[in-house]
Amino acid sequence: MKNLIQKLTETFSPSGNETVICEVIRKEIKAFVDDVSVDALGNLIARKGSKSKNGLKIMLAGHMDEIGLMATHIDGNGFIRFTGLGGIRLTGLTGSRVRFMDGTPGIIGAERLTDLTKAPSLEQCFIDVGASSRKDCPVKVGDVCAFDRPFLDLGNRMIAKSMDDRIGCAVMIEALRTMKASPHELYFVFTTQEEVGLRGATTSAFGVDPELALSVDVTTTGDTPKGSKMEVSLGNGPAVKVKDGGMLADPRIVNWMIRTAEKAKIPFQREVLEGGTTDARAMQVARAGIPSGCLSVPTRYVHSPSEMVDTADVQNSVKLLVALLSAPVGL
Amino acid sequence: MPTIGNAQLKLLEKLCNACSVSGDEGEVRKIVLEELKDHAENIRVDALGNVLVTRLGSGKKRMKVMLSAHMDEVGFMLVGDDGEGLFRFETVGGMDVRTLPGKAVLVGKHHLPGVIGARPIHLTTTEERRQIIPLDALRIDIGPAGGKTRLGDRATFATRFQRNGPVIIAKALDNRFGVVTLLELVKNAPANIDLLVAFTVQEEVGLRGAKVAAYAFNPDLAIVLDATPANDLPSWDGEENVSYNTKLGFGPAIYIADSDSFSDPRLVRHLSRTAENEGIRYQFRQPGGGGTDAGAIHKARTGIPSVSVSVPHRYSHTAASIARLDDWKDTFALVYAALVRLTPDLLASERK
Repeated sequence: MKNLIQKLTETFSPSGNETVICEVIRKEIKAFVDDVSVDALGNLIARKGSKSKNGLKIMLAGHMDEIGLMATHIDGNGFIRFTGLGGIRLTGLTGSRVRFMDGTPGIIGAERLTDLTKAPSLEQCFIDVGASSRKDCPVKVGDVCAFDRPFLDLGNRMIAKSMDDRIGCAVMIEALRTMKASPHELYFVFTTQEEVGLRGATTSAFGVDPELALSVDVTTTGDTPKGSKMEVSLGNGPAVKVKDGGMLADPRIVNWMIRTAEKAKIPFQREVLEGGTTDARAMQVARAGIPSGCLSVPTRYVHSPSEMVDTADVQNSVKLLVALLSAPVGL
Repeated sequence: MPTIGNAQLKLLEKLCNACSVSGDEGEVRKIVLEELKDHAENIRVDALGNVLVTRLGSGKKRMKVMLSAHMDEVGFMLVGDDGEGLFRFETVGGMDVRTLPGKAVLVGKHHLPGVIGARPIHLTTTEERRQIIPLDALRIDIGPAGGKTRLGDRATFATRFQRNGPVIIAKALDNRFGVVTLLELVKNAPANIDLLVAFTVQEEVGLRGAKVAAYAFNPDLAIVLDATPANDLPSWDGEENVSYNTKLGFGPAIYIADSDSFSDPRLVRHLSRTAENEGIRYQFRQPGGGGTDAGAIHKARTGIPSVSVSVPHRYSHTAASIARLDDWKDTFALVYAALVRLTPDLLASERK
């Protein structure tokens, strides 16, 4: 599974430009699903199985996109001004390396700062790709790049850019591979444009029209020095979301997830996330409303180029997802 | 080929001088319905006040193309009566409070003249003049001639449309440019497509009209016509202006990305290639903030490939904007040519 995670996290596909990661995932899942389609917003929708008497139509959503940057202006000396795609953290921006979709590498620099104690604003930053004029700059307005950082395996921990949410995609793919049988009609949806407003989940949930929906995404943790006050820690198992900044999980789904984890002896933790949200927010209010929840993979340093997960948490997330999907759901 | 001429300029003048603040779009709607009376059998006004027009083409394999332009403009709402014709007010839509004092306005259905008062310089201190006057401290003053106003009435700037050769100055060019352009497209509908046209309401307060219009139409694709700021003045310190959004005189602004949507890349290519093949000037709007009806339309139902095209204009959302006639002419020419060239092949392959 680590090879899969490396492959997914080392692919560049910022929001709105998910074609590359979509092809990678399509190849990985093709042999394990009944049919695959791509909708108008680029969501990759894979169906597996059909509804048995005790089954439901279930949608799973893991987002394929990652935060990134988009060029807004190339100046006379070949420097690239940009805007953010998704929640860009200003601290640590300068000095970061980026890679454009055509492979062009660049680094982020900033205008001379008058106050070194403050991070420069997005408007003060620029990308340097080594060009010296507008003409020899290979980047055009509207081109996008993502942060460039290789996957790192520490054994019990893994670090990469875009763990948010390639780790969710990996968990879904691995669940597809290891699942034996399911009474449900399952839709594994690899969504687009989550980081800019849950847009892919909005349209794909309307299209799939499920009876139950789960997102598989990352959540932050409270286990780092002077970190946020939060009960989730790396290594304590997948997190069952109760609430986040944009959604109250359906309590029946929370109970079902917890019951399933206990029965299968899979460690888990209850998650209350104060900021942020996931595709579940959009799925929950699709059409006439869909009971929704979220299986979260605890992740440190979310939206930095080095997001860290725990290997056992990831494996247990797969186990929990498989257990959830393998039996009838009694809400 | 249809084009923008004097008749269209007259219509733009009439539309810019009309008052149509979000939620109270009746005046512009009335003009739209009047202009389209020859197509009345294909028109309905929906629950939110959108004007929805259907013009079916002829021939096989017609795409269902939604075009949308919002009828509303930013303005004010009276929220408190201090007596003697003095009213407290709120802004409707995105408005910079710094630009308000001293502006003449028109209030309510009867267009009662008023002014957003500012204390004259004789009676202010140097220190006071350094401060921004907060909205709470501003009043719309219509004097004791009132009586025909009620709380909840809208108000907008009293600016009258002016034209000076290639220059257009008016309020509400955002988005009367789009409205006239769309009216002309309905009157000259290309036969190769089914045209589904929405003159929308409440764009400036959250793309509300477009959301329900897109749900109702469920089109194959959508093109949104709007107006976008040009912030293209030179920098005071001679540095290169790197955040101009768009530039006057560079033609229609095609959107790649804004706060609310990514344009469908197939449609962006279709527009830019059409412009290149037809020799029409165009520019890409700098990706970044702001948004259009496309933000709501592209998320309707199972998703609708969408793109926006705007006429650039300086000083948007203030009492007076300035634009170039040729940018508008080229916007119309580009959208018309792009529609005529539309075939289902465009969306046959996956979004890429």
